[in-house]
Amino acid sequence: MAQKPVIELEGIRRDFVVGEETVHALRGVSFTIHEGEFVTIMGTSGSGKSTLLNILGCLDTPTSGEYRLDGIPVRTMSKTQRAVLRNRKIGFVFQSYNLLAKTTAVENVELPLMYNSEVGSRERRERAVTALQRVGLGDRLNHKSNQMSGGQMQRVAIARALVNDPAVILADEATGNLDTRTSFEILVLFQQLHAEGRTIIFVTHNPEIAQYSTRTITLSDGKLREDRMNDTILNAADKLATLPVEEE
Amino acid sequence: MNITNLFKIALKAIGANKMRSFLTMLGIIIGVSSVIIMLALGTGSKATIMQEIEGVDPGALNVIPGPSYEDIDGNWLPEYSQTITQADYQSILEKNKYLKAICPMVYTSGQFINGKNNHSGSVQGVNNEFLDINGLSISQGDMFTDPEVKGASKVCILGKTVVDKLFPNEADPIGAVIRINSIPVRVVGVLKSKGRTAFGQDQDDIVLMPYTTVMKRMISQDYFDMIYVAATSKEMASLAKQDLTEILRENHKLREGDIQDFRVNSLEEATSMVDSVMNVLTLLLSCIAGISLLVGGIGIMNIMYVSVTERTREIGLRMSVGARTVDIMSQFLIEAILISVTGGLIGVLIGSGISYLARFVLLNFTEYHILISVEPWTVLLSFAICTITGIFFGWYPAKKAANLDPIDALRYE
Ligand SMILES: Nc1ncnc2c1ncn2[C@@H]1O[C@H](COP(=O)(O)OP(=O)(O)O)[C@@H](O)[C@H]1O
Ligand SMILES: [Mg+2]
Repeated sequence: MAQKPVIELEGIRRDFVVGEETVHALRGVSFTIHEGEFVTIMGTSGSGKSTLLNILGCLDTPTSGEYRLDGIPVRTMSKTQRAVLRNRKIGFVFQSYNLLAKTTAVENVELPLMYNSEVGSRERRERAVTALQRVGLGDRLNHKSNQMSGGQMQRVAIARALVNDPAVILADEATGNLDTRTSFEILVLFQQLHAEGRTIIFVTHNPEIAQYSTRTITLSDGKLREDRMNDTILNAADKLATLPVEEE
Repeated sequence: MNITNLFKIALKAIGANKMRSFLTMLGIIIGVSSVIIMLALGTGSKATIMQEIEGVDPGALNVIPGPSYEDIDGNWLPEYSQTITQADYQSILEKNKYLKAICPMVYTSGQFINGKNNHSGSVQGVNNEFLDINGLSISQGDMFTDPEVKGASKVCILGKTVVDKLFPNEADPIGAVIRINSIPVRVVGVLKSKGRTAFGQDQDDIVLMPYTTVMKRMISQDYFDMIYVAATSKEMASLAKQDLTEILRENHKLREGDIQDFRVNSLEEATSMVDSVMNVLTLLLSCIAGISLLVGGIGIMNIMYVSVTERTREIGLRMSVGARTVDIMSQFLIEAILISVTGGLIGVLIGSGISYLARFVLLNFTEYHILISVEPWTVLLSFAICTITGIFFGWYPAKKAANLDPIDALRYE
């Protein structure tokens, strides 16, 4: 495998000072993720998963350690530089969707491109429509966020994460608010995106989901406890077929 | 993010809370509409006063008999009306250093009769320098001449209203002989119409005659009711006033500390007094308007803080997809400016509406013909002030939004 590294972490530490105490959320985490990997990050609640993902997504900076995203060292960057980096290289999917209220699907998906002055309004609209078609919402472009189900909203969020053609898609408990069937529908989508060559990092505390990714990194108390390539990767679409269709 | 999109976001945010936005604007609306109305009234009154004295010699002065009311505690004695004498007029003629025109005036009322038509009004006995000093001119015929003044000729000049009353069939008044207090007088000229004053007084209801004629043939009075003079220029008016005062004090043998039994008023002083009264008034009203804008601005600041708090998660999301500090900052600043400027726009419309309504009512239903007018610069000023208000009061809420930590903001419940 001569894939190029997308994420390189060396001795990442993150301390939070809360009053008199210091919380060591990450205590020296190192790993490398290559292009095209589908990585799940596992661990119990409070193990540091979200803290790690925030650092990967350039929303937060490590207290110490080195982080290179797509070859670019992030630690020394200014706030503005990190904002631009997020805009061009990162796609976020959140547990709670975080769509703009009373705003159509296509406008929600356009949002990252709004902050990219290189993309004109025509191209922005076209790319948003393409991304929505990709997640199966080609017929719901002008539905407002409050007129959609949870699964549909998360699809819009995924389209929004895709629209800037990011180096990596970061998902934090992206299926956490969804029922089993809808969760698997979303998982099918992630597997498809992976099959198309996307790099995905998926944070979850649900061990079942890890079986559908190519690699599982397990955190425990801020440290990397296990980093394992998955030999047998299950197909989410197969699993979805076995699930009972819920009555409307 | 480009400015058009920022405006769209701001409009959407304002539209999402229409009632709240409107209530926030109310302070600005009241502030701006009062600024507009006050300035329209101020400039209108000033323009009206200026229009009234238009044409009057800028160096005009009046010499009036009697002391000022302050000097005599309001105890006016009949002899005070008789202190400007023929001798005074002669002295002024001989000794003045800064005057270009001098016109003594006597005043009486009269009954004017032309055949079956009659009218009563006032007669001013003057000389032929009266017109220049007071910015009047003849529209028909001629002013009476110097020899006619010297010879106390029975001639007169009529104002338009008097002509209309005495010659209703548009007959030519020039050369006609009318009776004024039963003395036959020949009409030699008609004054150009000046219309009414802002306070409803008819300036065309006037008859001019040589002062000599009035004094000798009509009222046998040997003192003047006033002397109109004009200094050589506006700048010379105050010197001329001093000069006139000295001449008359000498004539009246007044010593230091004696009550001065005459007054000299200058147009220049009167207009600068009007000016300063207007300026003080404008300043006062601007302060009131300023305070209401301040209150309005604080309202905007308050609602912007609410807006930032309500949209904390949205801010976090925008940051996570790449919004920079400056993007968030401008988004909220533009929202604040838009609220303020929209309030300003409504304020300008309401203010102008009320101003022109007041103008219409004053012109058509009252005698106070004040030409209230909304000057373009006041509108521009209002918008400038609103923009500044928006920036000033939006700054801290916008800064608060831009400085949010994206992670905390995303987690905000
Ligand atoms: N902003 C913060 N301030 C203080 N402590 C924090 C902060 N963020 C996370 N932590 C602490 O860091 C640890 C890891 O948290 P987190 O990364 O959210 O865990 P996970 O996502 O795995 O549940 C927890 O003990 C949490 O309380
Ligand atoms: Mg978490």
